[in-house]
Amino acid sequence: MLLNALILALRSIRRNLLRSFLTILGVVIGVAAVITMVTVGNGATLAIQAQIQGLGTNLLQVRPGQRMGPAGAGQAAPAFTAADAQAIFEQVPGVLATAPEARSGGTVVANGRNWSSQVIGSSNDWLLTGNWRLSEGRPFSDEEQRAGAAVCLIGETVRRELFGPNPALGAMLRVRQMPCEVVGVLAAKGQGAFGNDQDDLVHMPLNTFQRRIVGHTRIGILQVSMQDGVETAAVRGGIVQLLRERRNLSETDEDNFNVLDTRQLAQTLSGTTRIMTLLLGAVAAVSLIVGGIGIMNIMLVSVTERTREIGLRLAIGAREREVLLQFLIEAVVLAAIGGLIGMTLALGASIGLSALMAVPFVFDPGINALAFAFSAAIGVLFGYFPARRAARLNPIEALRHE
Amino acid sequence: MNPAVPTPLAPPGAQSNAPPAPAPLIELRGVSKVYGQGQTAFLALKGVDLQIAAGEFVAIMGPSGSGKSTAMNLLGCLDTPNAGEYRFRGVPLQGLQRDELALLRRQYFGFVFQGFYLLARTTALENVELPLVYRGLPARQRHAAARAALDAVGLGPWAHHTPAELSGGQQQRVAIARAIVTEPQVLLADEPTGNLDSQRGHEIMALIQGLSRERGLTVLMVTHEADIAAYASRLVRFVDGRVASDQPNPNPVMPAPAATLAAAL
Repeated sequence: MLLNALILALRSIRRNLLRSFLTILGVVIGVAAVITMVTVGNGATLAIQAQIQGLGTNLLQVRPGQRMGPAGAGQAAPAFTAADAQAIFEQVPGVLATAPEARSGGTVVANGRNWSSQVIGSSNDWLLTGNWRLSEGRPFSDEEQRAGAAVCLIGETVRRELFGPNPALGAMLRVRQMPCEVVGVLAAKGQGAFGNDQDDLVHMPLNTFQRRIVGHTRIGILQVSMQDGVETAAVRGGIVQLLRERRNLSETDEDNFNVLDTRQLAQTLSGTTRIMTLLLGAVAAVSLIVGGIGIMNIMLVSVTERTREIGLRLAIGAREREVLLQFLIEAVVLAAIGGLIGMTLALGASIGLSALMAVPFVFDPGINALAFAFSAAIGVLFGYFPARRAARLNPIEALRHE
Repeated sequence: MNPAVPTPLAPPGAQSNAPPAPAPLIELRGVSKVYGQGQTAFLALKGVDLQIAAGEFVAIMGPSGSGKSTAMNLLGCLDTPNAGEYRFRGVPLQGLQRDELALLRRQYFGFVFQGFYLLARTTALENVELPLVYRGLPARQRHAAARAALDAVGLGPWAHHTPAELSGGQQQRVAIARAIVTEPQVLLADEPTGNLDSQRGHEIMALIQGLSRERGLTVLMVTHEADIAAYASRLVRFVDGRVASDQPNPNPVMPAPAATLAAAL
């Protein structure tokens, strides 16, 4: 009986190619859309998490200014100094390294080429707090840091733009008006969490930067990396207390700086992307539903012809369950073919889109199964139930169905 | 030609000798059929008695609403009576379930309808094969039997054409081939010529009559055309849900064998 039903179902599919094709198409669109959206969304979430990992976990960023409050309220918060960084390192327990970071935009020139980049003044500890590695060269020597020597490390983007295939190490470049020697190249990190290029920078000793680039000693950010296993809140509390003392704030004053926890930032950001993924998934779910309505439509439109067909089958001696099995198999086969094509398309589209958006591709079996099951359920539901109604009719009534 | 189904009935030879007549192939006793309920209920058959012996060619006639189609559906086990008894091969069919009736149709009945009811976009061969698929016959035997049935109705060369590529007369031949491919005992034809022009109608009747004679097929045919009914060996006339007259047709129309052959080709 199963074999017979299979024969009849396959014949029926072959006989009604257009109808079969449209049914499959409905399933394909729904399945492919949902899987692609969710897969790419998951990839984006992962990418952001990875980038924040790259920023350095266990990292606290201390910036001047209040986190909240009206802009311009009160005095502009004073900047930090290099001594603040040193004090945190020495006095707050659980701190692994601190790096004072000063930034400025600047044009970099070498080889007759210009490139507008970020210039960063900091110490070798900045490499540690920022999770940077060197792809070639060396960090600054203590002597170079102390003396403010004209040396720099360049990011991968700067190396590519200025030197291309030529060796960068040992080459001279000009930052604003200051010539300096490239002693190392930073390993590429790629795009940042906000779509910024993390590799577009020139790093030089803080003293060099302060004396020869900007001419002041204000520090914008203190990067603080913590030892493994220490309580973030404790370190944060220590920093706040220390800085309040150093900045002479009274009991009633609010902090005129804020401490950002990158792990917290990571959680917030990946939470946001997860919501985005859900949203995309919801939009795609609409196409799944539209696809389902398409299937429903086709099945219902063909119901008159099919009712007569069922009447005939019953008249020539088919039992109700034989007719139903045939229609069930038909619906399952169509839904399965549609689902498989949809998943294949989704695989291709997800890989392509992931590559395009530079996010990792991660196969998600859960969403594949879910989308497939949903489309299959619709296909089976609307293929099977009209048939069931028809198969319960008296054969003559079914044959005369208009 | 019929499948060797053990019959509970006495052999036909006993008919002339034994005084109590053996049970006929088909017997209706006081059969009534009601459609609808309450005020709108319509009594389509009002206590019909009818006996049909194996090998008879019966034309069932009557005006619209006379109950002839209802009788046909009951006789073909497509519907069940509200009252009275239907005995097939001497066995009462009372209380049989839908599936059991389906198996009965599968085994003993072939159907030809006014509207042909071929599966669209399906070759003549596959249409004819369809009942055999439900019988679970292997593909090779299915093909052979379907081919033979198509040859018998003169459509051998059209085996791979779909209904859309066939004329009305040819489509009805395919339907007849589908009805006889299972070698049934009874062929039920509901206005088989109703959708055909007169000449095709007569060709179809010649074919049905030939099958009846050559194969000993019992044929029950509903029609309202006297010249079509004239092919039968017995005429049953329904009026108002009752059998109004039931008489043999001593001189059924006999097309020349050559005409049959020509029509077939």
